Amino acid sequence: MTIVKLDPLPACGKRRTFLSGFTLSATAIALLAGNEKLGLVGSASAQTANNDVTILNSALGAEQQAIAAYQLGAESGLLQKPVKDLAVQFQGHHKAHADALAKAVAKLGGKPVVPMKDYHFPKEKLKSQNDVLTFAASLEKGAVSAYLGAVPILTDKDLAKAAASILGDEAMHWAVLRNALGQNPVPDAFVS
Amino acid sequence: MRLLAAFLVGLLTCAPVLAADGNAERGEEIYTRCKACHALEQNRVGPRHCGLFGRKAGSVPNYQYSAAMKKYGVTWNEETLDKFIENPLKTVPGTKMGYAGVKDPQERADLIAYLKKATSDPKICD
Repeated sequence: MTIVKLDPLPACGKRRTFLSGFTLSATAIALLAGNEKLGLVGSASAQTANNDVTILNSALGAEQQAIAAYQLGAESGLLQKPVKDLAVQFQGHHKAHADALAKAVAKLGGKPVVPMKDYHFPKEKLKSQNDVLTFAASLEKGAVSAYLGAVPILTDKDLAKAAASILGDEAMHWAVLRNALGQNPVPDAFVS
Repeated sequence: MRLLAAFLVGLLTCAPVLAADGNAERGEEIYTRCKACHALEQNRVGPRHCGLFGRKAGSVPNYQYSAAMKKYGVTWNEETLDKFIENPLKTVPGTKMGYAGVKDPQERADLIAYLKKATSDPKICD
């Protein structure tokens, strides 16, 4: 395949101003922590708020999928006791992320996405503990990338900070799962 | 290293960057970034990718698209994918895909090369 395209660099005259003129709330961290006393001040434009809702809802959808995946793993009968405990712990983290994200979406005036009825996980391919861990690791890696793609475009810097905090947690999950699989837990200096 | 050097030169000079051929092997690694939401074979948080090329945007059965994507109207090919993947929220305002996009033209070319190969692979996509 050949794509021949002249792309001017975004840095050339199109520097983004993520934070200009936008004050969302006293602290979005409080939003993600579910603090009802610290609401929105309503100074955000509808479009920027809509984009933040879209981004947070994408993250929420991924978190709900991760919860379902760890449930599948925990109920598979394939995980040994210490690994199963770890899976349940990680699932708990994802539940906490999802709860906080859903509250933040609602606070921004959006409608939180609901979990899918069926994620069509490849159950027929999960025949061992390693298969389950490999699948979970692929979702965690994807989650790291998803948050990495969300942080720079969240308009509110406190929401971005909160998303970065979740990114760190997902990265730890990914590293622990890789370690359990006998892989280098931290294969690179940067995640992508 | 040469790619990095080319990128840095472009950054310093504001010169255009010429995207090269896509490498499907590198694209498979880049596709791991998509797996929190997407799978080749099945609809998940995002729609399935099997059969992507030549498919009209917003047309996978049993997937709940945004109104914006249903109206987008393009057929997915190398060019339309390149534009969308670069900046989904700007290309299709209102899309559910809340992701910054793949900014590096070479990475997009690699990803598209992988998608072109994998989404038409009969061993994966029946």
